[in-house]
Amino acid sequence: MPVQQRCTVVEMTPINPTTYWMVLEVGNMVEELGLRAGQFLHVACGEANLLRRPISVALAYPDEPEDTAALIFEVKGEGTRWLARRQVGDTVDVLGPLGNGFAVENGGRYLLVGGGIGTPPLLGYAEAFRQNAVAVLGFRSADRVILEERYREACKEVYLCTDDGSAGRHGFVDAQVRDILEKDKNFTAILACGPRPMLKSVAAVAAEFGVPCQVSMEERMACGVGACLGCAIQIADGTMKHVCKDGPVFDAGEVDWDV
Amino acid sequence: MSKVDLSVVLAGVRLKNPIVVASGTFGFGREYGQFYDLSELGGICCKGLTLHRREGNPPPRIAETPMGILNSVGLQNPGVDAFIEYELPELRKHDLAVIANISGSTPEEYGIMCEKLSEAGVDMIEVNISCPNVKAGGLAYGTKPELAAEVTAVAKAHAGTVPVMVKLSPNVTDITEIARAVADAGADALSLINTLRGMRIDVNTRRPILKMNTGGLSGPAVLPVAVRMVWEVSCAVPGLPILGMGGVAKGEDAAQLMLAGASAVAVGTACFADPYAPVKVRDELAELAAEQGLARAADLTGGVRPW
Repeated sequence: MPVQQRCTVVEMTPINPTTYWMVLEVGNMVEELGLRAGQFLHVACGEANLLRRPISVALAYPDEPEDTAALIFEVKGEGTRWLARRQVGDTVDVLGPLGNGFAVENGGRYLLVGGGIGTPPLLGYAEAFRQNAVAVLGFRSADRVILEERYREACKEVYLCTDDGSAGRHGFVDAQVRDILEKDKNFTAILACGPRPMLKSVAAVAAEFGVPCQVSMEERMACGVGACLGCAIQIADGTMKHVCKDGPVFDAGEVDWDV
Repeated sequence: MSKVDLSVVLAGVRLKNPIVVASGTFGFGREYGQFYDLSELGGICCKGLTLHRREGNPPPRIAETPMGILNSVGLQNPGVDAFIEYELPELRKHDLAVIANISGSTPEEYGIMCEKLSEAGVDMIEVNISCPNVKAGGLAYGTKPELAAEVTAVAKAHAGTVPVMVKLSPNVTDITEIARAVADAGADALSLINTLRGMRIDVNTRRPILKMNTGGLSGPAVLPVAVRMVWEVSCAVPGLPILGMGGVAKGEDAAQLMLAGASAVAVGTACFADPYAPVKVRDELAELAAEQGLARAADLTGGVRPW
């Protein structure tokens, strides 16, 4: 059950020229309301921006005096620009916890596939599954790379890919995923987050190798709670689901990738 | 400060306060009911219903604009029967007026829905003749006086004792012409305004943000248009109750619509920024009425002193 809360910024660090690591004190959202990585918080971004911005939770910890959540966001427009100007000690108006997060089981073995600003929501899973997690991280170029060290500290193996070859393997993550699955497809599931074309390719490779795949999707969102029906995702059976209420994580097999 | 009586009457239906939530912004109450008891509200205009389930339009369906949003949801809803079976009983657990909002692609469909809803026992039926996001029916009925009158008459004939409120489109040259036609056809109340048609383009991709290219504008940007239209309509059809809406986010906004002639006010898009917006608007309106020494919020209605 979500609540509306003013949250204090306790950490604000740029991690590349357009991406920020922001830690919020979130009251008892982790311990009492079950906030976890892969869910999102709906953050009000100043009076000039009417709508809140949904920001994925990268890490969530119970803590004293308040639980904390790390949100990693990219400056994409006016709202996130406002958010990037917040300083330690400022407060922001937050709705949460919202959304579902990835479905995982203790003792599972996971292949984490993140693209760009889709890498943060998987970080909590990397740090939870550690030696049972293999990560494939994709970015446009070397200067866009984020969180590589955090993933390397946590995971058994980390594969870095860039679109232009300026760091790691030259190419998209789905080629790397294919190479991994050809040698070893003994994963409980692939957990993927990133741009839709990437998710579509990863879902196709996962299906080919018969590995279950969950994808975290994005869509333009208004209310964040399931009331306005704005953030629709077309489902393979012809119906609609909603990123805020049914997602953001969906089974890759239920999404209509051809629209 | 003396306590202000917030109760109002809209087309014979008593609302314990003048704040209603607008159709399409509040679902059937379940989501925002997680934040507060729906009995705080005067009423709910439920998400627009059609005779059969609709999946709505392809995404993107939402685009933010200066002090507003465009939407092209396209009447996604579970259908009138599912509403009656699953949603109405839940809403009835709370003390608020339940106003069902309906859209049809033919006058007959409006009639069938009115019959079902009247039998199921809703408090009021809001007839949507003004949805900008659907091809058949929708806006077409709301822009032609004779069609608007026909739909109103059919709805009235099938609604039994349930009051019929017709929701008007602002996307017309003269809203008073439609208002008069609907009033003459027997409407018990009017609600206005629905969204204004708008468009936003991504200058880099040169694509409209909305997959449907255009959508309906709501939010604070439309408030002055709503105030003007409520005023015009209240002058054109005096005595016909009005549910005013369009960009209300503060008590003062609600008071403006009531002074312009509305008996009650709906809060919509403001909920997306703040789930508690309807409750805050109610409290601010009560405070404003008290400051002005009014005994009843209803005393605001039609109180504008035009130059």
